[in-house]
Amino acid sequence: MNINLTLIGQAISFTIFVWFCMRFIWPPVINALEARKKRIADGLADADAAKTERERAEQEAQQTTGQAREEASRILAQAERRAGEIVAEARATAKTEGERILTQAQEEIDKNTQQVREQLRGEVAALAVAGAEAVLRREVDAKTHAEALDQLAERL
Amino acid sequence: MATEYASGAEYIKHHLTNLTFGQHPDGSWGFAHSREQVDAMGFWAIHVDSMAWAIGLGLVFVGLFGYAARRATEDVPGGFQNAIEQLVEFIDGTVRDSFSHRNRMVAPLALCSFIWIFLMNLMDLVPVDWVPWAFSLIGVHYMKIVPTTDPNVTMGMSLSIFALVIYYSLRRKGIGGFLGELTLHPFSAKNPFLKILLIPINLFLEGVALLAKPVSHGLRLFGNLYAGEMIFILIALLPLYAQWTLSVPWAIFHVLVILLQAFIFMVLTVVYLNMAHDTGEH
Repeated sequence: MNINLTLIGQAISFTIFVWFCMRFIWPPVINALEARKKRIADGLADADAAKTERERAEQEAQQTTGQAREEASRILAQAERRAGEIVAEARATAKTEGERILTQAQEEIDKNTQQVREQLRGEVAALAVAGAEAVLRREVDAKTHAEALDQLAERL
Repeated sequence: MATEYASGAEYIKHHLTNLTFGQHPDGSWGFAHSREQVDAMGFWAIHVDSMAWAIGLGLVFVGLFGYAARRATEDVPGGFQNAIEQLVEFIDGTVRDSFSHRNRMVAPLALCSFIWIFLMNLMDLVPVDWVPWAFSLIGVHYMKIVPTTDPNVTMGMSLSIFALVIYYSLRRKGIGGFLGELTLHPFSAKNPFLKILLIPINLFLEGVALLAKPVSHGLRLFGNLYAGEMIFILIALLPLYAQWTLSVPWAIFHVLVILLQAFIFMVLTVVYLNMAHDTGEH
């Protein structure tokens, strides 16, 4: 229980150890702790940001999908409408064309008929004249009865 | 072990004597070979065992923490690294709680106090006879291995801290402020005459309060550890077959004591330094 130089010796060694601790132990450890704390905080913040970003992207994707679907149905409707139009148009064209062809054919037929009639008339007239000539050769003079024969040919 | 001594009293006395190197009354320097020689040396002597164990344990502290500090990175820590960092963080938290000023020295000081004192206290759990017996084989007759049972060690630390308290008080408050704190409280008066009359009373009260700090700070640690060691020594006087019935419970209880005393020393260190930094509170 003597108080002696040990008191001073201990004070000196205490001072040295505290100095050493303050100089070489405390700062690196506490700095590393702070740095790690910051890194963890940053990591968590990043994770939060990424989560927000992902939610935003999901929402955007959903929106885009909806838009695309709308667009598609719009295009489909338009196409259907257009198809209907084209069919109607084609039908109208076909009808007109058909009528036109029909009319043309009719005209052709009419013309031919006319032609054939003309021809037949001529031939029948000739035949009638020949027949009449053969029948009436002796009795009738062609020049005398020409008027009557022409009237007959006219009626055919 | 106890049977080697003439009486229980002599055994106890022997175990409570430090290995002392100092100046004999005749002027020569050397080791003391008896308690009487130690007493005769007076102030000019040094407890070699206390100093050696204290410095040795201090080096253990510096080595462990220095190693961890050198390897400290922000990456994932290993087990040892983590343990050291936990301790540092615990001290940091305690200091933040009770120290409200900015001073780069306080936290390292607290860490050093806590760990070093804990290591010194820990020596108390080494059975009381082992190390002294081992040293007696090489001719060293006195060996106290718990530095904190030496009042020189505990007071050496508490007085160092007291010096810091005085230094920071003067630096933060100035000589006038510090003297004012010592003389104008707790009794104050508006009347100047009465004020002067109260100065000696205040100085006495505040002086006692101020001086009681380092004394109680050092002696609290010393007293607890000294008493603990004394009980271990008394238990060692029992017959061998009966010792464990008392030494085991006391050792288990003592684990709490050594940790608690180290913690109290540290907290008081921080609190005293905080008080030294406080200005304008009064």
